[in-house]
Amino acid sequence: MQLTINGEERRVAEVDTVAALLDHLRVSHQAVAVMVNGAIVARERYAEYPVKERDVLEIVRFVGGG
Amino acid sequence: MEPSQEVLKVGKYQFTSRLFVGTGKYASWEEMRDAIEASGTELVTVALRRVNLNNPAEPSLLDFIPKQVRILPNTAGCHTADEALQVAELARASGIGDLVKLEVIGDDPLLWPDPVDTLKATERLAAAGFTVMVYTSPDPVLAMHLEKAGAAAVMPLGSPIGSGRGVLDTEAVLRIKERVSVPVVVDAGIGGPADAALAMEIGADAVLINTAIAKAKHPVAMARAMRLAVEAGRLGFLAGRMAPQPAASPSSPVEGMVAGR
Repeated sequence: MQLTINGEERRVAEVDTVAALLDHLRVSHQAVAVMVNGAIVARERYAEYPVKERDVLEIVRFVGGG
Repeated sequence: MEPSQEVLKVGKYQFTSRLFVGTGKYASWEEMRDAIEASGTELVTVALRRVNLNNPAEPSLLDFIPKQVRILPNTAGCHTADEALQVAELARASGIGDLVKLEVIGDDPLLWPDPVDTLKATERLAAAGFTVMVYTSPDPVLAMHLEKAGAAAVMPLGSPIGSGRGVLDTEAVLRIKERVSVPVVVDAGIGGPADAALAMEIGADAVLINTAIAKAKHPVAMARAMRLAVEAGRLGFLAGRMAPQPAASPSSPVEGMVAGR
């Protein structure tokens, strides 16, 4: 399926939820935050929150900063 | 009172260390961890950025932050209240808590805070239940507005971020301190231990330091130096500095001098 993730268009395996996408991308579910089409997804909802063709996602995490 | 026995309250959070530190610009995460430990801090700032999908398994910054240290996500890089709100909400959604260091920049070369959107964002974040620590220009009236808008702490810059030029206007910090009841944290511009001690000695409630530690030749040693400086400055403030005098005043008795030749 075709998704836009962190500003890049990517072709990824068919996934149906945020949790499945994170697993597919091998991104830890811990201490990341996810936005789908501008809506922030609560961590508790990763396993149920749907990911659909052409969705635009942001996957962020903490880095060093002041 | 010894500084170590005092408690600093920021919203519902309590700290015994009055040194807050950033986690940016370190040569390695091990060095950052060692500096955090040497600083004795209980609160560190972090930034939120996109995951590198080409290296998703890289170690997490959070693994290098000691467990007893609280995390303060920042909104660095944001230029509008809307952007800052989104970053703060994302940070909270990650499960890190409700603390946020609000930073809305209005001028990039100076990294100067935008007063208008900083105030708007403070209102909205406070209404949304965040504990908002606000990076601000050292303006006493703006500080009063920020407190009214719900800021849990106001954090005037001492000099531009990363400049290491110290607290250029101590009067400005004092004016803010006299006008708000929430903690005043000098954030940005501290270059050396003397700067940190000065900020604390004039009555700042805490200081937030990143570059001065991370970019010192020996960051871990500098972290310890900053810890001592903050404690010395705070104790000096509590002890009550003598008033400056216009003329000399002998410290030794003027009577009982031995006879001269």
